[in-house]
Amino acid sequence: MDVLKIATAGSVDDGKSTLIGRLLYDTKSLTTDKLEAIEKKSKANGFDYLDFSLATDGLVAEREQGITIDVAHIYFSTAKKSYIIADTPGHVEYTRNMVTGASTSQASIILVDARKGVVEQTYRHFFINDLLRVEDIVVAVNKMDLVDYNEEAFNKIVSDFGALTQKQQFKAQRITFVPISALKGDNVVNASTEMPWYDGETLLEHLEQLNPSQVEEVGARFPVQTVIRPKQDQYHDFRGYAGKVSGGTLAVGDAVTVLPSGRSSVIKDILFYNSSFTKVDAGNSCTITLEDDVNVSRGDILVKSAQAPSLTKELQATVCWMDNNALVPGTKYLVQQGTAQILGKVKSINSIVHTDFSGVDATDKLVLNDIGKVTIQLSKQVLNDQFLDNKQTGSFILIDTQSHATAGVGFIGS
Amino acid sequence: MDTTTQPITDTKATLALNPLESEAVYIFREVVAQFDRPVLLFSGGKDSITLVRLAQKAFFPAKIPFPLLHIDTGHNFPETIAFRDKLVKELGLELIVRNVQDAIDEGRVTEETGKYASRNMLQTTTLLDALEEFKFDAAIGGARRDEEKARAKERIFSVRDDFGQWDEKNQRPELFNFLNGNIDHGQNVRVFPISNWTELDVWSYIASEKIEIPSIYFAHQRKTFLRDGMLWSAQDDVVFRAEDEEVVERTVRFRTVGDMSCTAAVLSTADTIEKVVGEIRTSTISERGARIDDKRSEAAMEKRKQQGYF
Repeated sequence: MDVLKIATAGSVDDGKSTLIGRLLYDTKSLTTDKLEAIEKKSKANGFDYLDFSLATDGLVAEREQGITIDVAHIYFSTAKKSYIIADTPGHVEYTRNMVTGASTSQASIILVDARKGVVEQTYRHFFINDLLRVEDIVVAVNKMDLVDYNEEAFNKIVSDFGALTQKQQFKAQRITFVPISALKGDNVVNASTEMPWYDGETLLEHLEQLNPSQVEEVGARFPVQTVIRPKQDQYHDFRGYAGKVSGGTLAVGDAVTVLPSGRSSVIKDILFYNSSFTKVDAGNSCTITLEDDVNVSRGDILVKSAQAPSLTKELQATVCWMDNNALVPGTKYLVQQGTAQILGKVKSINSIVHTDFSGVDATDKLVLNDIGKVTIQLSKQVLNDQFLDNKQTGSFILIDTQSHATAGVGFIGS
Repeated sequence: MDTTTQPITDTKATLALNPLESEAVYIFREVVAQFDRPVLLFSGGKDSITLVRLAQKAFFPAKIPFPLLHIDTGHNFPETIAFRDKLVKELGLELIVRNVQDAIDEGRVTEETGKYASRNMLQTTTLLDALEEFKFDAAIGGARRDEEKARAKERIFSVRDDFGQWDEKNQRPELFNFLNGNIDHGQNVRVFPISNWTELDVWSYIASEKIEIPSIYFAHQRKTFLRDGMLWSAQDDVVFRAEDEEVVERTVRFRTVGDMSCTAAVLSTADTIEKVVGEIRTSTISERGARIDDKRSEAAMEKRKQQGYF
């Protein structure tokens, strides 16, 4: 069964939780006991309609404040697909959460209030989806019921969005607009009877036909997680390299290079459980054996020799900062690329990037939720894979050496 | 079915796994690479049985490189215990059992009394003691995010402090594939390889993989009584039953298998895995709807988790 991971972003009051609740309700994914709990709570809160947002707002503290403050995962399925929604709050102070949600998603829903149109928050949501190179964007123009299902209001938002797409980096992104009312159920799962001027798909119909991972990466990468050595007579000399393929295909007989050492060999076998395979596509976990007894351990990355990237000890990258302690030049962090953790140091912070596409400014530090351009010096060589070419090895995380927290995420590229 | 000693036999064209299986295998391998003493928390339920199969796959042809830990409430279904022992023997795994009864006998925890008495909450103390005793730094569990609202925010690698506490406000962001397991001495991490699976995903996987599960998951005759709209087992004398609660033999199965005192049965005639999958597909009751411990208050699970519950 296909699995589609979706990130959602919207400003407070754009009706994001209501939309998710509506998706669950109309796909009959809400179970009787959950639905009863929602009915009970809606009544207790004095609402005269079902408050679907109650289906998603998880933690006690959030319920008290009435807002979503972290990344929550919501699941539903149709006959065709399983959906995983990463629900994140859209306010600027939650950039960290939006980036996190978008990093694991293949598609993204950006909510726009039909009455307000494209606002600063929309710019920010779009910026993050562009930076994270999310393949499919659905702009859900919500609350159409409050603008009398007016076609002009919808068209204005579509044309205002054109100004944004001109500025984007990730040109392969596909963008679709759907006019909806989450509260009334128009064009979410079921087609609306209120908007005869719209003959496109409903939101769910659109998601159903999405086929992600069509964007070609610049080459297969295989970060080695661990070495499997059974220590049984039957497999006496067995050395299998366990990992998950990203960005391409590997096949038996392929000439491969182990990075960063640069040693080469040939793929002897591709194994998973008690079967062997002639090739493996991106996204699959497997175990690879090599023809030669070369030294390979956790942190190494196997690449096709013909597609080997250059190595570097200095990275130019865009970083999203996620820690309460500010990022300042000179501080040491563990830099994780693939499965390798390497000690690194921020050499310079070159600029802070405004997420409303208004440009960059000079800065000497990045604080929580800031996005900026930095130069990082490393104690060992890493792959100089650009994020726009290679999502997996073109990204890295920065780990605080004292608290061990994941303090930031980086995207290689200047 | 000792598959660990089977040779690698058939050759196929292209490897294309179920993405959820691929992700779970990736997580298992990260655990073994990043931690010194991982352990798999095994309850005998379908989720932990699925974890065992995924772990087999992750490390094949090597054996599963960590032990199983069972926190026995003393109120387990006998079928579950028998199944557990058989599985461990067949796969040649190490099993550690720690008993909630011991903590009760030592007076470290007090057993609940009355109509809704359950040992479910008491497991936390025994679990934390066992992690401490064996210096386990990663505890792998079968919790899923679709089970309950507080679990929807759980990370795949969830760091616990020296007291086993979960700080939901201060969780590490999990970006792309990165799983950051760096911790201080004394801390440990809870790991959830099937976080992104739904109940239906688990059942479908059990069916497609032909994984053996305890018999109580299938329809059988059982002496039960009705309370609060749920069916409770009247066998084994574990569940408190008031005199006016009438015992009737019914055809039931269990959809979730926890401590007997808090796990209700459902009326069902599904006696094969295919029928069970069909039943789950069309069910309108959530899985944890049959778990009385979650119904105590709206925030029940979140509070238990903060204290160290799995």
